[in-house]
Amino acid sequence: MSSITALNGAFHNGMIEIKDAGLIGMITLRGDLKSEVVAKALNFVLGVTVPDQRKITSTPKGSVAWMSPDELLIIIEYKDVSKVISSLNNILSGSHSLVVDVSDARAVFALTGNAIRDVLSKGTPADLSKDVLPIGEVRRSRIAQLAVAFWFTDEISCQLICFRSVGAYIMEWLKNASENGSEVNFH
Amino acid sequence: MSTRLSKGGRLIDRSKSVEFTFDGKRLNGYEGDTLASALLANNQRLVGRSFKYHRPRGIVASGPEEPNALVGLGAGSKFEPNQRATTTELFAGLHSKSQNAWPSLEFDIGGINRIMSRVFPAGFYYKTFIFPRFAWKHIFEPFIRKAAGLGAAPTEKDADKYEYFYAHVDVLIIGGGSSGLAAALEVGRSGAKVLVLEQKNTWGGRAPVDGVVIDNEKSEEWINKALAELESMPNVSLKNRTMGAGVYDHGWATGYESLTDHMPSKVGPRQRLWRIRATRILTTTGAIERPLSFAGNDLPGVMLAGSVRDYIVDFGTSCGDIMVLATNNDDAYRTAIAQCEVGLKVAIILDARSNVTGELPNKARSMGIRVETGMAISKVKGSKGVSGVSICLQAGEGIPIEEIKCDVVAMSGGWSPIVHLWSHCGGKLNWDNDNAMFRPDADRPPLGADGSGFVIVGGSANGYLKADDSIKDAISQGKIVAKQVGFKPIKSKNITVDVEAEAEIEQIWQMPQGMSVKLQAKTFLDYQNDVKVSDVRLAAREGYESVEHTKRYTTLGMATDQGKLSNINGLAILADSLNAEIPNVGTTTFRPPYHPISMGSIAGDARGELFKPIRKSPIHNWIEANGGFFEPVADWRRPYCFQQNDEPVKDAVKREILNTRTNVGLLDASTLGKIIVKGPDAGKFLDMLYTNLMSNLKIGHCRYGLMCTENGFLSDDGVVARLDENTYLCHTTSGGSDRIHAWMEEWLQTEWWDWKVYTANVTEQYAQIAVVGPNSRKLLEKLGGMDVSPEALPFMRFTEGTLGGIKVRPFRISFSGELSYEIAVSASDGQAFWNICMEAGKEFGIQPYGTECLHVMRAEKGFIMIGDETDGTVIPQDLNMQWAISKKKDDFLGKRAHLRSHMSDPSRWKLVGLKTVDPNVIIPDGAYATDGKIRDSGVKNMIGRVTSTYFSPTLNRSIAMGLVEFGPDRMGEIIDFPTLDGKIIKAEICNQVFLDPEGERQNV
Repeated sequence: MSSITALNGAFHNGMIEIKDAGLIGMITLRGDLKSEVVAKALNFVLGVTVPDQRKITSTPKGSVAWMSPDELLIIIEYKDVSKVISSLNNILSGSHSLVVDVSDARAVFALTGNAIRDVLSKGTPADLSKDVLPIGEVRRSRIAQLAVAFWFTDEISCQLICFRSVGAYIMEWLKNASENGSEVNFH
Repeated sequence: MSTRLSKGGRLIDRSKSVEFTFDGKRLNGYEGDTLASALLANNQRLVGRSFKYHRPRGIVASGPEEPNALVGLGAGSKFEPNQRATTTELFAGLHSKSQNAWPSLEFDIGGINRIMSRVFPAGFYYKTFIFPRFAWKHIFEPFIRKAAGLGAAPTEKDADKYEYFYAHVDVLIIGGGSSGLAAALEVGRSGAKVLVLEQKNTWGGRAPVDGVVIDNEKSEEWINKALAELESMPNVSLKNRTMGAGVYDHGWATGYESLTDHMPSKVGPRQRLWRIRATRILTTTGAIERPLSFAGNDLPGVMLAGSVRDYIVDFGTSCGDIMVLATNNDDAYRTAIAQCEVGLKVAIILDARSNVTGELPNKARSMGIRVETGMAISKVKGSKGVSGVSICLQAGEGIPIEEIKCDVVAMSGGWSPIVHLWSHCGGKLNWDNDNAMFRPDADRPPLGADGSGFVIVGGSANGYLKADDSIKDAISQGKIVAKQVGFKPIKSKNITVDVEAEAEIEQIWQMPQGMSVKLQAKTFLDYQNDVKVSDVRLAAREGYESVEHTKRYTTLGMATDQGKLSNINGLAILADSLNAEIPNVGTTTFRPPYHPISMGSIAGDARGELFKPIRKSPIHNWIEANGGFFEPVADWRRPYCFQQNDEPVKDAVKREILNTRTNVGLLDASTLGKIIVKGPDAGKFLDMLYTNLMSNLKIGHCRYGLMCTENGFLSDDGVVARLDENTYLCHTTSGGSDRIHAWMEEWLQTEWWDWKVYTANVTEQYAQIAVVGPNSRKLLEKLGGMDVSPEALPFMRFTEGTLGGIKVRPFRISFSGELSYEIAVSASDGQAFWNICMEAGKEFGIQPYGTECLHVMRAEKGFIMIGDETDGTVIPQDLNMQWAISKKKDDFLGKRAHLRSHMSDPSRWKLVGLKTVDPNVIIPDGAYATDGKIRDSGVKNMIGRVTSTYFSPTLNRSIAMGLVEFGPDRMGEIIDFPTLDGKIIKAEICNQVFLDPEGERQNV
């Protein structure tokens, strides 16, 4: 397959490890998140319930992140996107909703290390303390001048997404912010 | 002379000698020294020249309030001017030089100003340089700029790195003295999340220097225990070398952390600007000692009493062998006692108060020190340093009674609480007349979002100047703050603080009380800006009643120290001159930062590559590697052209145009905005957004549309494709994608919230590659996978399928006038699709082309460009695009505006083509057409302007479009375009479609 991510396999190791997370399937679902049909659709494709405000719920098949009061981000394997989109459209047909593939519109970073919260705090004004941003919660914020979203999957692992066109900038930013010698030891 | 004492100095490590330079001299200090203490230890008391009169100046203080000891630090890309020697930690190889002295510190020509000082009174600049008017700009200002000023600006790019750090806490405590630590213990023990900032590298503040005993042990012991306990708390963070710089609305504060200033060899950023959000901010910032105002108080060797004590106790450095102490309070006696305790001499203590019987004065007397009450300094003697004082009665006019030899004068006019951070956001102050100070008024705090005060002050910053009162107050404020942030203070045993009792201060604002005008002119209030008692009195006489006006007229407190030492003294002199009470004259406004912070720390990491994010298309790297000459298009970088073998840009553009018109060209159009609009009301919604009708577009068809603002002006354009019954794909301009998406959401969320429409910005989901030119179909057919014939995919249609094994959605749309396909593929496949096109297209003469080729080709076809033909004042009718304005619709954004009289005025400039009479002459972009008349204002009457202008290689002549008054009615007329060099270009008004007006090339 000739598909490539914006980061094209980029990797860096400083205070934390920064890695291109590779091709990841992402689907934006807009609709009435309180409706039965949305619940049914999510249950069918991933076996999950609609996440609460700011939460992300996961199963082995994938995750669903709450993005706004009428928007979810479904994260699955890249190869399954068309199949899942048509399943969702089938179930949601008749209800006012929007299902759209955004897999290639993003750059996804896999971050690993103990200093992730410190590194991100150099650029995001969000509160990254463990009690305010626990595992399982998504934060939509910014890094430097750019919109990002991130969530911790365990204490030392974090997924971060940004728009594809600025993936290279965020990579450079993360490299700079995680340079050895700039430790903060706050979080 | 000042020198290093044989022993003592609690902060220095005498086993570690550190070499540094000052004005090229190699000097030695110890680890733990500040640059100021090391200079004093080397008897370098003269450290700079003053701003206005170039007077010799020495170190006055030991902290950030220092007005004089500013030096240039480092060299080249590490040079930084105006650094305070008193806050600069000494390190090996430190390179410093004095400022504002020429040719040298010892012999300074500018010192002539000192002799001239009688002609430089307050307001001198305003009075003198106002006439003649032209002279200010050409004579006075350049001269003053050269003569005045402190440090020189760096000439090289800063080699250091900086960064931000965002922190959120319940309580931010600023100031890690003994009171700050005591408060931190209270808040920390309650469980609240605390961040404590201390500007110095050491914790504990003045308590160790003042010999305070806490819990029956030396304060140093107690400080270490407190630190150990705080460090053990997971909810407490301690940051030394971090100054609380500013307090802003909504519990926002900045901290200025110094990381490698004291150790330049250390890797990592030099400074970090903390951006802190705190529910409550507790400031325990202490107090600053005030100078006394007597004649000659700016001579090197005249220092603050507390600072002299700091140098002795902290750095084992004497400021002079023989001291004269002038004071109006008991605290200063500690300095005389410290001077004697290290074996140095105190010639006399001049206490301006008449009745002095406190514990400390009595201790001084018992040590054999001569204490004279009701006495004052008449004048300090010396030229480049103190050699003695003449003394007089405080109550008199300054007649010298006796001369006393000394080499250091320690002075204390009392202490002022550091209320800056309290005041930054509007905290108010009260004048405490008994204690001669402004202190925070807890009833008028800066208010936070919840309507209650979010800054709380504790300790001596709150006006409790004595160590026992200060710690007690800080503890109780700590408990209050803990409760305010929702935690319960833990009951703990009371801390005992033992310190000598102090008698009351007496307000002494000038010394002696009745000083003559002659003495006033030698008595400095603001050392850094050279403002004297006489200047403030003159301002008062000239009618300046408000402190804010006096400040600007005299420049009092307007230097880089923001008047830390001078504000209160200046205010008191002004009040006295006006015969008013101090609080009635008012205080000045305190603004962040508390102390100057570097520009680098404000910029943070936003420099070089990280200065501004650049958006990159999926093909960006290929373009970069293949001769792409980039130009900015919104935040994107797009190739203007592709240069082959170093050909000039102009030649590349011409080659790309001819090749695309003859063979086939490839354009990266990925930056085009792409917005999905879906829902039962999507058609209705688009009918409102576009001027033309979109709801009747058939599935699989494309339609070009215009968007206007509510005021009718063109805002964006693009092709809309109908994907299915309820779904449309709207293409926007490259610069418009985010703006138009936000525009759509704004209407949906604020006005038409009940319409069933969802939007999604999928601009970056797709790479869009335009295959353009007569050979484009052949190329796609060679790639294979779907039918791209005119029957299967006619003009202004789209379809879906695969090409060369890649999933695609080709649109038959054309911005060039050629047979053209714009092919959307997933962004991840963009490069792969580009590559197979380039490979398969070789036999058809394929070449990539850039934005300039795109521009010229569209101009040849007379297509408008948002941003060229439009500038925010142009409506569709100006561009003769009535065909794109639906008459069937009841409403659309801009419709009503188009009916306004000015919008429907037939004399509005309208779009036409322009053919220069000389086909080789290109009209400059933006040139105006004139009709030979002159307006009343004297300028030429303008009847139009050029909006796009190029040389067309296809037609081998210059072409242009422009907006011209009654243009469409004037076809064939020749009009004039005067150019800046005085020539006139003549051009014929013509149809704007220069090439293939029937569209035969694209519709095949």
